[in-house]
Amino acid sequence: MILLKYIEKLGDLFLYYVDQAGRMGIFLVNVIINIFKLPYYKISHITKQIYNIGALSIFVIIFTGLFTGMVLGLQGYNTLRKFGSEGLLGSAVALSLIRELGPVLAALMVTGRAGSAICAEIGIMRNSEQIDALECMAIDPHKYILAPKFIAAIISMPLLTAIFDVVGIFGGYIIGVKLLGLNEGSYFSGMYKDVEFQDIYMGFVKSLCFGLIVVWICSGKGYFVHLERKGGFGAEGVSRVTTNAVVLSSVSILVLDYFITSVLI
Amino acid sequence: MNAEPMIRLIDVRKRFASQEILKGVNLSIYEGKTTVIVGESGKGKSLILKHILGLIRPDKGKVLVEGNDINKIGRKDLKAIRSKFGVLFQNAALFDSMTVFDNVALPLRERTKASEEEIRKIVNEKLDLMDIEGSNDKYPAQLSGGMRKRVGLARALVLNPKIVFFDEPTTGLDVAKSNEMYRVFFKTQSKLGYTALIVSHDVPKIFKLADYVALLHDGVIQDCLPPEDFQTSENPFIKEFVQKTMGYIYESEQVEG
Repeated sequence: MILLKYIEKLGDLFLYYVDQAGRMGIFLVNVIINIFKLPYYKISHITKQIYNIGALSIFVIIFTGLFTGMVLGLQGYNTLRKFGSEGLLGSAVALSLIRELGPVLAALMVTGRAGSAICAEIGIMRNSEQIDALECMAIDPHKYILAPKFIAAIISMPLLTAIFDVVGIFGGYIIGVKLLGLNEGSYFSGMYKDVEFQDIYMGFVKSLCFGLIVVWICSGKGYFVHLERKGGFGAEGVSRVTTNAVVLSSVSILVLDYFITSVLI
Repeated sequence: MNAEPMIRLIDVRKRFASQEILKGVNLSIYEGKTTVIVGESGKGKSLILKHILGLIRPDKGKVLVEGNDINKIGRKDLKAIRSKFGVLFQNAALFDSMTVFDNVALPLRERTKASEEEIRKIVNEKLDLMDIEGSNDKYPAQLSGGMRKRVGLARALVLNPKIVFFDEPTTGLDVAKSNEMYRVFFKTQSKLGYTALIVSHDVPKIFKLADYVALLHDGVIQDCLPPEDFQTSENPFIKEFVQKTMGYIYESEQVEG
C-alpha cells in the first residue's frame, strides 16, 4: 500500500515536470514570435531593460572579471614556471577567459543580479493580477513585458562577456607583468598569436545562448509562479520561485556550456 | 429578457484538484443592464468572471460573448473581444511601478495611436470623473484602498468599453467609501452607458443598482431575477440567502417577530 502511494507520488511528480517543460517551451515560442511581430516596440521599452539587465551589471562584471584574471595570472604563472614556459601566460589567460570563463562567469553573475530581479518582478506582477489585467486590456504580456526583456538580455550578455574578458586579461597583466615581472611583450604577443577567430566565435555563441537561457528560465519561472507545485502564492511563493529560477538557470548554464563546447571545439 | 444576451454561460464546469467549484453554471447577461452575482465568499463568484474574461478555461461548457465561444476563437479575435472589456479587479491590479497617470494612460499608449496631448486630455477627464485630483504623480502604494479602486475604474473605463466587470468593487472599503464607489459607478454608467457585471456580497445595498441579481450557490446559478423578484423568490436557497443577509440582526427580534 505504501509502495503504491510512493509510485503514485512519483508519477505525479513526473507529470508535473513534463507539464512544466511543455509550458516553458510554449512560453519561449510565444515570446520569440512576439519579438518579431508587428507593431515593433517603442525603443524606450528596450533601452530601459538594457539599462536594468546590462548597464547595472557592469560594476559587478568588472569586479569579478578583474579578480578572475588576477587569479588566473597567479595560478597560471606558478604552474607554467614548473615547465619553464611562463611566456605562454598571456595566451593561457586570454584563451581560458574568452573560450570558457568569460561567458560562464558573466552569465552566472547576471543570473544572480538581473535574473533574480526579473523573476521576482514578473512573479509579483502575476500574483497581484497585473498580468491578468494586461491580458484583459488586450495587451499581450508576452509582447509588452517579456519581449523587451528577452531582447535586452540577448544584446547585453555578449557585451558584458566582452567587458569581462578584457578586464580579466588586464587583471592577468597586472599580476603576471607588473607583480611577477614577466616580460610585457611576451604576455601580449603570445595572445595575438594564439587567440583565433574560432575562439572568439565560441565565446560569442556561448554568451548569446546563456543570455537566452537566463532570461527564459527566470522570466518563465516568474510568469508561471501561480502554477508551482508547492503553491506559488504570496511573498513566500515568489521568494521560492526566485531561488528555484536562479539555481535552475545556473545549473543549466554549466550543463549547456559543456554541450556547446563539445559541438564547437 | 427577450433580447439576445450579450454574454452567455452554458453549463460551465470547473474543477480544481478534487474539488468541483462550478457545477454547471448557466447565466445570461443583457446589453445595457447591470447584473450582480451574489453568493458566499470563496464559492467561485470571481471564478465565473475569470471564465468570461478568458483567463481560465472551463473543463466543460461554453462561454459565449456576443455569440463567439471565447475558448474556441483565435488570439486575434479574443483580443478584439477583450478590447470591448473593462475590468476592475478585486485589488485594483494597478501596475505598481507606474504612476497613477501612467497606469490610466497605458491602454491608450499601447492600444491606440493617440498623441501624448490627447492622452493627457482623456486621462485627466477620466480621473476627474472619479473625483481624484492631484494624485497623478503618485504611485499606487501611496494611495488608500478606495482611491486605488477608483484609479482602477478610471483605467478600466479609459477606452470606453462596452462591458465593464467589477470584482468586489467595495470589499475592504468603509461605508462612506463604498457609497462613494457606488456614486461613481452610477455617474459613469449613466454617462458611458456600459453593460455591467458586478461580483459582490454587499447585500442589500447592491440591489439598488442591479437590474438583475443572480445567486451562486453550490456551484450553480440558482436563479437570475430582478431585485424585487429576487427578494420574494420561492427558491429555497435564495430565500435562505435573503433571510441570512437581510434578516434580523438580533435573535430576540426574530423570536418576537
